[in-house]
Amino acid sequence: MHDGVFGEGRAVRWTLIALAVGFLVLFLVLPLLAVFSEALRRGAAAFFATFDDPDTQAAIRLTLLVAAIAVPLNLVFGLSAAWAISKFEFPGKSVLISLIDLPFSVSPVVAGLVYVLLFGAKGLLGPLLDDWDFKIIFAVPGIVLATIFVTFPFIAREVIPLMQEQGTADEEAALTLGASGFRTFLTVTLPNVRWALLYGVLLCNARAMGEFGAVSVVSGHIRGLTNTMPLHVEILYNEYNFVAAFAVASLLAGLALVTLGAKSVLEWRHGDALAPARRH
Amino acid sequence: MSTAVLRGWTPSIAKPSVLPGFGITFGFAVSYLSLIVLIPLAVLVWRASALGIDGIWRVATTPRVLAALQLSFFISAAAALVNVIFGAIVAWVLVRYDFPGKRILDAAVDLPFALPTAVAGIALAALYATNGWIGALFAPWGIKIAFTPLGIFIALVFIGLPFVVRTVQPVLQDFEREVEEASATLGAGRGQTVFRVVLPALVPALLTGGALAFARAVGEYGSVIFIAGNMPFVSEIAPLLIVTRLEEFDYAGASAIATVMLIISFAALLVINSIQAFSRRRFGHA
Repeated sequence: MHDGVFGEGRAVRWTLIALAVGFLVLFLVLPLLAVFSEALRRGAAAFFATFDDPDTQAAIRLTLLVAAIAVPLNLVFGLSAAWAISKFEFPGKSVLISLIDLPFSVSPVVAGLVYVLLFGAKGLLGPLLDDWDFKIIFAVPGIVLATIFVTFPFIAREVIPLMQEQGTADEEAALTLGASGFRTFLTVTLPNVRWALLYGVLLCNARAMGEFGAVSVVSGHIRGLTNTMPLHVEILYNEYNFVAAFAVASLLAGLALVTLGAKSVLEWRHGDALAPARRH
Repeated sequence: MSTAVLRGWTPSIAKPSVLPGFGITFGFAVSYLSLIVLIPLAVLVWRASALGIDGIWRVATTPRVLAALQLSFFISAAAALVNVIFGAIVAWVLVRYDFPGKRILDAAVDLPFALPTAVAGIALAALYATNGWIGALFAPWGIKIAFTPLGIFIALVFIGLPFVVRTVQPVLQDFEREVEEASATLGAGRGQTVFRVVLPALVPALLTGGALAFARAVGEYGSVIFIAGNMPFVSEIAPLLIVTRLEEFDYAGASAIATVMLIISFAALLVINSIQAFSRRRFGHA
């Protein structure tokens, strides 16, 4: 492709390609194949039997519930933050942008820990919650909070740079023509960022359904009650129930593949409508 | 509702604008950020500060904690280094060459972001155990990978893989071919051009990607614990020790280790920001 005076020779080129492909096959393809191969080790019947187990079904339901709460909340936050940051000038804006990315530099375990320190039995608000007989830690609210924390920046960071780039001209035109502020947002701003929003939601959802560390710290691992799918994978695995563990894991791996596929389609088809960093 | 009314209650911290809604969106965003992220993190810092600097130091330097911190730190650094080298090769190949299956491979690079860490953990443990596809190849030589520090290394390479590729790729894409042509015209061999013209321009991106991979690796938990073996002093990572302390209701100990880890990740973040500031000045891109 780039031959002549400034290309590499055939031998160098194919060596580099072989190294890159080998590395990616070793670290990406083989683990993925291992998940499906282990899940189907005892045949399809054993694979499907896993999903008849009420505890597995409860874990799937809880994972869906947690994502259904965490993703919309982070979506509303992402849009609010993007509107304030991209359409207005105010002091401290760059600090606010950095703070939004903060959860990405915090270990998932620490994300769980902060809520235990706040709401746990020996935490800051623990006694108060005890009086009210309301459980956050070792219960669903804690799992939701930890999930929101780790998925916090995903949608905001896709929408903010794009809306900053788009400026305010479209919205000003709509307002001048008499549209209300909310209508302007719905019919002008939202369509302009829809693909970036979908991109952020996909990534946010994948992480929300797959989070392990943060959720593990606050969950208490109560079967049928506070076990999400990734935690259920751990329990089954530690009981040497490998087929079931990998069967649940294969469902999560399927989700990851769908997410990657949809993400790639968005990058190829709608690259121009995504955040600048996402354009290839 | 007219814009004039909305503009009326726009707080004064924003410059006046014809657009409405600053107050409510800014207010919601800042409150939500404070409730979910800032206040909980502040509680951690407050809890750790009750121990004082020397209290945190005492916890961090107990032999078991020190061993875990050192293990996390050094293996993360080693994994980041491998990711810098192979990330550069992968980015180069994806940007410069054409070969069948390139698009799929490009998309697959993000798999460690999308695959839940627990799934990655059990998959890697299955692959690298002595009876696994890869572990079985090394077992006859007496090399154990899973349930040793080598296993932690494998998991951290996996988890950090996308960072370097994704930071180097756009820089390489925007690199002006004319510079390479000029270098060749002036008589440089291909090797000289690559190592003395192209590579220096990629250094900031390589370092940024490496620092990001390192920061992620230090805090990683899910993919590591299944393959690590988790033996104190041998293969116990710092995040796992936090979990252990919490299970013993030793909140102070957990907070102290977490604070040390926060400091390490913020230091990495600081390094990343300075590299990017330098790179913007030097090369005009981040």
